[in-house]
Amino acid sequence: MSKSDSIFKTLTEKPWEKGQVEIDNQHKGQTLYLSKYKLGLRTIMVVSTIIFSLFVVVYSDRMLVHDWRSMPEPWLLWLNTAILVLSSLFFHFTKLASEKNQNEKVKNGLYFIGFLGYSFLIGQLLVWYQFMNLGYYATTNPANAFFYLFTTLHGLHLIGGLYFWGRTTSRFLKADSKIKDIQHSIELCAIYWHFLLAVWVVLFGLMLFT
Amino acid sequence: MSDEHEHKLEAKSDYASDVSSVGASDIDSVPESEVPEQELYHSHSWWTTYVFSQDAKYIGVQYALTAVGTGLLGLVLSWLMRIQIAYPELGWFEPAAYYQFVTMHGMIMVIYLLTALFLGGFGNLLIPLMCGSRDMAFPYVNMLSYWMFVVAVLVLLASFFVPGGPTGAGWTLYPPQAITSGTPGHNMGIVLMLVSLVLFVAGFTMGGLNYIITVLQLRARGMTLMRMPLTVWGIFTATVLALLAFPALLVGGLMMTLDGLLGTSFFMPTMVSMGEKLNYEGGSPILFQHLFWFFGHPEVYIVALPAFGIVSDLISVHSRKNIFGYRMMVWAIIGIGALSFFVWAHHMYVSGMNPWFGFFFATTTLIIAVPTAIKVYNWILTLWRGNIQLSLPMLFSLAFIVTFLNGGLTGLFLGNVTVDVPLSDTYFVVAHFHMVMGIAPILVVFGAIYHWYPLITGRMLNETIGKIHFWITFIGSYAIYFPMHYQGFVGVPRRYFEIYDSPYFDTSTLLLNKFITIAALIVGVAQLLFLYNIIVSARLGKKAERNPWKANSLEWQTPQMPPEHGNWGKERPNVYRWPYDFSVPGAKEDYIPQNVPPSEVTGAKVEKT
Repeated sequence: MSKSDSIFKTLTEKPWEKGQVEIDNQHKGQTLYLSKYKLGLRTIMVVSTIIFSLFVVVYSDRMLVHDWRSMPEPWLLWLNTAILVLSSLFFHFTKLASEKNQNEKVKNGLYFIGFLGYSFLIGQLLVWYQFMNLGYYATTNPANAFFYLFTTLHGLHLIGGLYFWGRTTSRFLKADSKIKDIQHSIELCAIYWHFLLAVWVVLFGLMLFT
Repeated sequence: MSDEHEHKLEAKSDYASDVSSVGASDIDSVPESEVPEQELYHSHSWWTTYVFSQDAKYIGVQYALTAVGTGLLGLVLSWLMRIQIAYPELGWFEPAAYYQFVTMHGMIMVIYLLTALFLGGFGNLLIPLMCGSRDMAFPYVNMLSYWMFVVAVLVLLASFFVPGGPTGAGWTLYPPQAITSGTPGHNMGIVLMLVSLVLFVAGFTMGGLNYIITVLQLRARGMTLMRMPLTVWGIFTATVLALLAFPALLVGGLMMTLDGLLGTSFFMPTMVSMGEKLNYEGGSPILFQHLFWFFGHPEVYIVALPAFGIVSDLISVHSRKNIFGYRMMVWAIIGIGALSFFVWAHHMYVSGMNPWFGFFFATTTLIIAVPTAIKVYNWILTLWRGNIQLSLPMLFSLAFIVTFLNGGLTGLFLGNVTVDVPLSDTYFVVAHFHMVMGIAPILVVFGAIYHWYPLITGRMLNETIGKIHFWITFIGSYAIYFPMHYQGFVGVPRRYFEIYDSPYFDTSTLLLNKFITIAALIVGVAQLLFLYNIIVSARLGKKAERNPWKANSLEWQTPQMPPEHGNWGKERPNVYRWPYDFSVPGAKEDYIPQNVPPSEVTGAKVEKT
């Protein structure tokens, strides 16, 4: 059994039949051939996806009401998006470098990703600052309220990601650490970064086109 | 009997160390474990053992105690409500207080008692033991989950002490009234409630991650998914539902908090309150109802599915028969779980909707009766010609079947739009959901506690006190909820603060109100017997033998009972069969535990279910 059986095959097994008993006795007790961390990350991403999808649904419903006034898109938001794309890209390269055991590259990559992550957060705060100076408060219009809500939630997700980025980096910086120890963490962080980029693109696109 | 069992275990461990016994080696052979042993956290101090414990068994008990403690508060609140309904002339409470009791009672019972007890309590206790794991996948996150739950409970309780008191918006927290003046607790109370819910969801997500990954990835060798006890199936599916449904509550809760605190208009329509136009504009209260019930209906099954699973195991063990139609039971659990996401709007028939929309939801609601009925038939067929032991868990299981059937049938009435519309604001609905979601799961909880108490404490609960507790609870809850159906039919509205002196109701409904209240007080007091039993038996109860119910599932096969840290001693168990090999023809005993290798049961023939 090198890969997991399909769910339908599993659910139609007859555990009491003699032939099936012999097969089942060889079972390793694991359903999916994934690390528990990867499965955990996937579960979190599913839950987050549902949260953001519900927000998208609520947004689409609310924007049909006549009082809706779309917000402008400052160039700073485009810059922030570019930063996010760049950090996702760099995570990909860092992951590749970690697979090839390139110590220096991984270290620099991690530093740079952290820098980009924090820059993105600061950039988002600057956008908030700009908007508030222009009088776009959360209470003025539901479109503004959604903007603040989306950016906050996305930012919180990124802060969660930066926490794990920090743990991975500090583990790597310990004297006797090997790149092998953090390879899996880097891979998972990279997946999460791509996920956050995708979420942002969807949210930003939604706000851009409505 | 227990000697026999010891012997079997010994034989098993012999096998584990020495495979020289000829014959046994081929049929018992299992592959080497590819999954490396889990690294366990070993506690060093009293604090990390009993308070910030990372052992799922302790966390389960902690969850259960916290949930039951909160639930007792919910019980007292229900007394106060009943006293107000039956004896309004006493004038003990203001209307505001009554609505606060209603709200807090509902929220506490549904979320902080039942959800936390079934998933947090039984999930943590049983998943690792029944799957043959040493602990949950992420013990530290598991601990965080429990403490997050504690904080959520504390925030909820804090709302009793803030100016204005807790929210009185009803457990559904519908805007706009939840955050407009005139509703009790419309400023601080509702905010604390929403914050508490958000914390609960966050804490639950951490716990749910553990339950799912432990069930999927950390089972013992030989434990295929279709060899898992139905309890694990129920808790697992309920966890999946919860992870998919709680985000809707989170989204609704967050947005309403912003409406209340910042003054955004997500759900708040343009409205005039106390002669003044409020600053809200254009929001949609119906949108909140959709979000709430998209969470709220699966929530019913988040509570019911673990109860289904647990009761299946109790019935099988205590009637010494394999569960009838195991696969069908699993499919029914999954089917009910999937369908539960497509029925939510049947809670909103009176909110107004497109008739086709209502038609769709009425249809899906009635379809969900099919897998549910399959389960009820299967329980009855399991009992049929079984060697029924009328032990306490069995009594509670039987009471559950009857109660669940009762509540399910009234659910069929209410699922039809035309029947629901006149009944929806009456006591008929109160009777329905208390039968199906209050009494039925609580009966399973009691049965499960009587069943698994020896596993936790190593002692049995007192049988006599238990029987008294059972009969008062069972008959008493019917005395409470049967009359409510009648009241609903004659049109007594729910949510009313006082209804005396009304020319619209027969005096019999008022008499019934008094009768129900007295029954409720008696049933409530009878729970003290149960608490007494729990507390006293922990020290003075009869010592339980190993595997006192002669069950097959792995939680009873640990080397020590109660199981120690790490559960399994040196070797994790290997599983050779499903957990329902009761009364197998030709076998020496009437049960064959899951970890007994085939070489020890040569005479037994496997019976098709």
